[in-house]
Amino acid sequence: MSSKLISVKNITKDYHSGDVVTHVLKGVSFDIDDGEFVSIMGSSGSGKSTLMYVLGFLDKYTSGKYYFEGQDTSEFDDDKLAENRNEKIGFIFQSYNLLQRTTVLDNVILPTSYMVNCDVKKAEKKARKLLKRVGLGHRIDHKPNQLSGGEQQRVAIVRALINDPRIILADEPTGNLDSKSGEEIMEILQNLNKEGKTIIMVTHEQYTAECARRILHIKDGKIFNDEIVNNRRLATNGDYKK
Amino acid sequence: MNIFRIIKFAFENIAVNKGRSFLTMLGIIIGVGSVITIMSVGAGAQSFVFDQIESFGSNLVGVLPGASDEEGPPASVFGVIITTLTYDDAKELRKIPHMVAITPYANGNANVSYLNKTINVSFSGVSSEFIEVEDASVEKGRFIHSDENESVAKNVVLGNVVAQKLFSDDDPIGKKIKVNQESFTVIGVMKKRGSSFLTNQDEQILMPVKTAQKILLGINHVSVIRGKVDQKENIPLVINEIKKILQKRHNIKDEKKNDFSVRSMDQALDIIGNVTDALNLFLGAIAAISLIVGGIGIMNIMLVSVTERTREIGLRKAVGAKSGSILSQFLLESVIMTFVGGFIGIIFGIIFSSLIALIVNYFGYHWELLITPFSVLLSVSVAVIIGVVFGFYPAYKASRLNPIEALRYE
Repeated sequence: MSSKLISVKNITKDYHSGDVVTHVLKGVSFDIDDGEFVSIMGSSGSGKSTLMYVLGFLDKYTSGKYYFEGQDTSEFDDDKLAENRNEKIGFIFQSYNLLQRTTVLDNVILPTSYMVNCDVKKAEKKARKLLKRVGLGHRIDHKPNQLSGGEQQRVAIVRALINDPRIILADEPTGNLDSKSGEEIMEILQNLNKEGKTIIMVTHEQYTAECARRILHIKDGKIFNDEIVNNRRLATNGDYKK
Repeated sequence: MNIFRIIKFAFENIAVNKGRSFLTMLGIIIGVGSVITIMSVGAGAQSFVFDQIESFGSNLVGVLPGASDEEGPPASVFGVIITTLTYDDAKELRKIPHMVAITPYANGNANVSYLNKTINVSFSGVSSEFIEVEDASVEKGRFIHSDENESVAKNVVLGNVVAQKLFSDDDPIGKKIKVNQESFTVIGVMKKRGSSFLTNQDEQILMPVKTAQKILLGINHVSVIRGKVDQKENIPLVINEIKKILQKRHNIKDEKKNDFSVRSMDQALDIIGNVTDALNLFLGAIAAISLIVGGIGIMNIMLVSVTERTREIGLRKAVGAKSGSILSQFLLESVIMTFVGGFIGIIFGIIFSSLIALIVNYFGYHWELLITPFSVLLSVSVAVIIGVVFGFYPAYKASRLNPIEALRYE
């Protein structure tokens, strides 16, 4: 088990709203190894986003076991969870969630502010390098509202990478983008995976999900299919190639 | 977490909402400014009053008719006229060792005329030792001689301004003037003493005490007796002596039934100091209320800010901010606002205090500009404490936000 990056055993998640209890996750179990690219697929309300937030330490599960890097996460307190989010995980959101009044560069180095020790100069240098890699070298001092959606999402990806996390968690990363920009994002994610990053992506679109190597189909809070993608789609420069 | 980066975030956010931050700070600016101004004006007024009292001369003791609590005001304040204190009392008190000069005062108002000019002035019947008691001096002519009291001489010494008004450039010495239709001879003119807040001595005339009593007032008592003691250390001793002598002369057995009260200048200064201190504190407290109102303004705006930035807080948490980091960031924002506001308030307070000092000095009074480090320290620390206290609740609210709900907040 210790070789697994993520090991989830019979996780449940209930939401209480007044007297009404909603069972969002009803016993989910799976393992994810280092270097995998997994899509979590399902329709809205299926619990896929909740599952991702639980995996990313943003939300707490109700029962079951979640081992992260072999450690039982039920023993983590709030600060420990925050440290894990900071060091081990990079989030990419559907709506980018960039700070609108802050420059691209400062947005990217935001996670480094919450590290215990951080060299700002080094972080900025790294940020510039990464921004150039995703083709935003000329946008470093712009504000997010001067950028297109695709560019904003690329900034968000660089922000997710700045602390060298083991896992990238992407919640519908192409959901707000046109197909060409979406392709660019998928291409970046696939390249990152090729370099060894573990990527877990939530999506409801089959053709986006198929960019991953494995798809977990989730429905009504349960995984009903764990599928290996044999015929993986490779996104290259705006065109899907089978 | 990197505290400098968090300070930077706080500053950036204040800078982004410049107008709003300034309006929020305005409450603190006004609060701190008014605390400093009021405390400075209070300290200035206090030293002004002290200066005035001390200009009467030092090492003075006063005997007032009527019993009074030594901490409270004399009986005459309430309009009661007590007639037990006399010129003979003063003469007897003069014999106390360490008493170097003494004068009774019989006060009144009179119309004074010379040729076709008539003015209304206050007069005091005093003894020849008035000059030493009050540290006054004669400019022209001479002062009252001691034998002129017994002879009820109709001689007057004019205050400087009175002499100016009646005689202009003429020499008043030896001239006859009318005081309430009685004819008096001018024997001297006092040196200008400047205005004093209790009475303007330059607009006063002085005459032998018996003359004032018998001819102008028709009374036997005096309003007050003032004596000068050789050394400050001897004042308590002299006060004791005065009490003993007067009790004997007035046939008083029980000290509680004294028909007079004895005060020293030190006591008077103490009383006035206490009163003005209390007044300053009271005014300062009122000004401090505006600081609290300013603090509520800060809390209000920080609550708005937390709501507005819910998604930002969610994001910060998602990328690894601990609750403590969020708490510090928002707390720092309110503390920085109160601190900067406090700093600007100090500048405004100093400007206002200086303006007041300038204006008062322009009107010819000596007014010292007193801004104590205490008042500066107090108002700024109160402002910062207010920033912490009123900033805590919004900051705590921000730090407790659930990251998922915050990220989904529209």
